Amino acid sequence: MSTTAETAASHPVALEVRGLSSSFGKLRVLDGIDFSVRQEEIFVIMGESGAGKTTLLRHVLGLAAPDTGEIDLLGSPLHPATRKSLFALRKKMGVAFQHGALINSMSVLDNIELPLRQNTKLDRSTIRIMSRMKLEMMNLGGFEDYMPAQLSGGMLKRAGLARAVVMDPRILFFDEPSAGLDPVTAAELDGLILQLRDALKMTIIVVTHALESAVKIADRIMIIGNGGIRAIGTLEEIRKSPDTYIQSLLERRTLDRDVDGDAYLERLTANLDE
Amino acid sequence: MSDAAVAFAPNWLVVRIATLGRLGLFFALVSLHVARPWRQWRVTLAQIHFIGTRSLTVIAVAGGFVGMVVALQFYDTLVRFGSVSLLGAAVGLSLIRELAPVLTALIVIGRAGSAMCAEIGIMRSDNQIDALECMAIDPYGYLIAPRFIATLISVPLLTAIFNVVGIAGGWFIGGVIFGISEGSYFAGIADSVLPRDVLMDVVKSCSFSLIIVWICTGKGYLLHLDHRPAFGAEGVSRTTTDAVVASSITVLFADFIISALML
Repeated sequence: MSTTAETAASHPVALEVRGLSSSFGKLRVLDGIDFSVRQEEIFVIMGESGAGKTTLLRHVLGLAAPDTGEIDLLGSPLHPATRKSLFALRKKMGVAFQHGALINSMSVLDNIELPLRQNTKLDRSTIRIMSRMKLEMMNLGGFEDYMPAQLSGGMLKRAGLARAVVMDPRILFFDEPSAGLDPVTAAELDGLILQLRDALKMTIIVVTHALESAVKIADRIMIIGNGGIRAIGTLEEIRKSPDTYIQSLLERRTLDRDVDGDAYLERLTANLDE
Repeated sequence: MSDAAVAFAPNWLVVRIATLGRLGLFFALVSLHVARPWRQWRVTLAQIHFIGTRSLTVIAVAGGFVGMVVALQFYDTLVRFGSVSLLGAAVGLSLIRELAPVLTALIVIGRAGSAMCAEIGIMRSDNQIDALECMAIDPYGYLIAPRFIATLISVPLLTAIFNVVGIAGGWFIGGVIFGISEGSYFAGIADSVLPRDVLMDVVKSCSFSLIIVWICTGKGYLLHLDHRPAFGAEGVSRTTTDAVVASSITVLFADFIISALML
């Protein structure tokens, strides 16, 4: 555990999830998830595709209501919560989406300025300076007037990150920062995440597939799979896990999965008459 | 509807009722924001420019040609009965009561309604609406309400322009081509068009604008709740087509109902 992480362990809880369960129709995606994240901690959520990482993130962001469970963010209930209190909480958090999710019809600078224009009464020049500072921080100086369609994948992510931190949020969520990026750009983004925590004292929750990135930035890692938490702790603690799934994930081995022969045959021969 | 009723009801009926319910809730939530102080005036002005100003040319061209065609048709009929002096009244009443509000609505659906649906659908598909929510910006207030206000302002004005250009087109055919006197043409309109005809025009154009913006923005906004998997390019194009068809048919249905009630 890094020194910063040890310090973070003494901080109050920023996010607490208790007994969270979620389903899509009859498919149980998350079942009884419990975890907490402390302030100024970098907490990485990992798991294979379809494990429920994005679903968990959507619940924690208040974008979807879980079937059961409670979520507290910065000491206030996020679920259940009224729309008004949800919006009040969201002013304290920033979200960087996987593909940036910039508003297509606006320039990069207008996108970064948007939360400040809508949520504060700052004058136009202050908003402009604050937005340009964040763009410079993300190495996007000079791209203010570009439209999102003119940016590369890495630039879109950095612009999305600039917008997410422009209000200096207390907690930052970052969905798949490294996905689809070359190693150099991915490493740059990892550096930015560490810089944000150290410089702005943010709590950062990252959802990722990328082990290298998780190893580099995480104070603690949570690995989810089969609807539950497979492991949670520091990298050293995770490495000691006897779970073969965790070991496969860490060592990038393929997993020998048990195959139900009958179910396999049934899937192959389903709906042949259609 | 209870679970048992849902189990026995045909799937298409459940889907239709669910869609209507969602659109109803969507309308209620937007109404709350439209009624609130007008915070998003910049976005609203941009939408008025997009829906109104940028539709002016097509509305003017369509209005002109429709006015000319109507005048041609009526002239051909009226001349058989020796009543060409009624051309102004016939053109004016047809346009004001019926053609201008309906055709303006259909043109706005094709030009702006489809674009609104596709834009909001893509925003939903690309997580841009989720991003707005996460920035503590209410999408109903920021995205949808300005479009509602802009459409409610633009469509009645476009209808008025359609009327004026259509009447001018009718005068071009009647007065310039067939030599009917200008006074007879315009006096015919002034004598026959009553305030209740203008009221019908206004009621129709306001109702149609509400239908257009409700269905087109609602379909795009609720794209992710479609009963068929609706994300991506195919989903957006299908939803846009659905929105254009549904709003066009609803406009024609509403036209019949309003005409039946007001005539």
